[in-house]
Amino acid sequence: MNPLFETEDACLTVRLPKELDHPASDCIRRESDRIMNQTYIKTMIFDFEKTGFMDSSGIGLIMGRYRALGMRGGCIRAIHVNGHINKMLHLSGVHRYIEIQKQEADCEKIGE
Amino acid sequence: MENTNEMTIIFDSRPVNEGLARVAVAAFCTQLNPTLEEVADLKTAVSEAVTNCIIHGYEGEVHKIELCCRLQGRELFVDVRDEGVGIPDVEKAMEPMFTTKPEKDRSGMGFTFMEAFMDEVSVESRVGMGTTVHMKKIIRR
Repeated sequence: MNPLFETEDACLTVRLPKELDHPASDCIRRESDRIMNQTYIKTMIFDFEKTGFMDSSGIGLIMGRYRALGMRGGCIRAIHVNGHINKMLHLSGVHRYIEIQKQEADCEKIGE
Repeated sequence: MENTNEMTIIFDSRPVNEGLARVAVAAFCTQLNPTLEEVADLKTAVSEAVTNCIIHGYEGEVHKIELCCRLQGRELFVDVRDEGVGIPDVEKAMEPMFTTKPEKDRSGMGFTFMEAFMDEVSVESRVGMGTTVHMKKIIRR
């Protein structure tokens, strides 16, 4: 399995690349779809630790995964989120559907 | 006119060039000594405009995209132009969450982010002729 993807029980963790743009999002979508077809996944964690750049392709990726998990009553978490990315998650309204943990305060849940 | 500078790049509409375009614009504006946040805003806006040309304007076909940057004082003007299919209803296209390609996991947030991260955004488009996105950002520092 790609080292960027890790499954434990029904949880899939995706360690996102430095730049989450259109080509990167397409790759991650294909690979996570493949994993979700093979393994029962209920929770997805997007780890933004190494990610400095994102555009709306990243928002599309998260929304698409949310729809895919929605049928299973699963949930999505975004961790190590920096200020710029956090702003985009809020502007797009995606923050209402996922749990966000900021870069500095890992355990502190932000937003509504 | 004092303190002006211009750059034009023409490149193929391949996804790999989205990174090239945003890094080129970020490098071009460093002469104004922007904040990290201003650079991040600019890179996202350029990435959105170029991705639109590739996915929507040329619908995956490889043609040319023209990126023009102009600095005037503290103002940076960025134009992104394609000669693709054009947008029939620009107002509709700019609505948040509107996308013609939901099956490709497009969020429909491209223009919304451009408007949020730049000071001005306007779109010129003619069906069958192409689209130009004009953006302006004031580098405040």
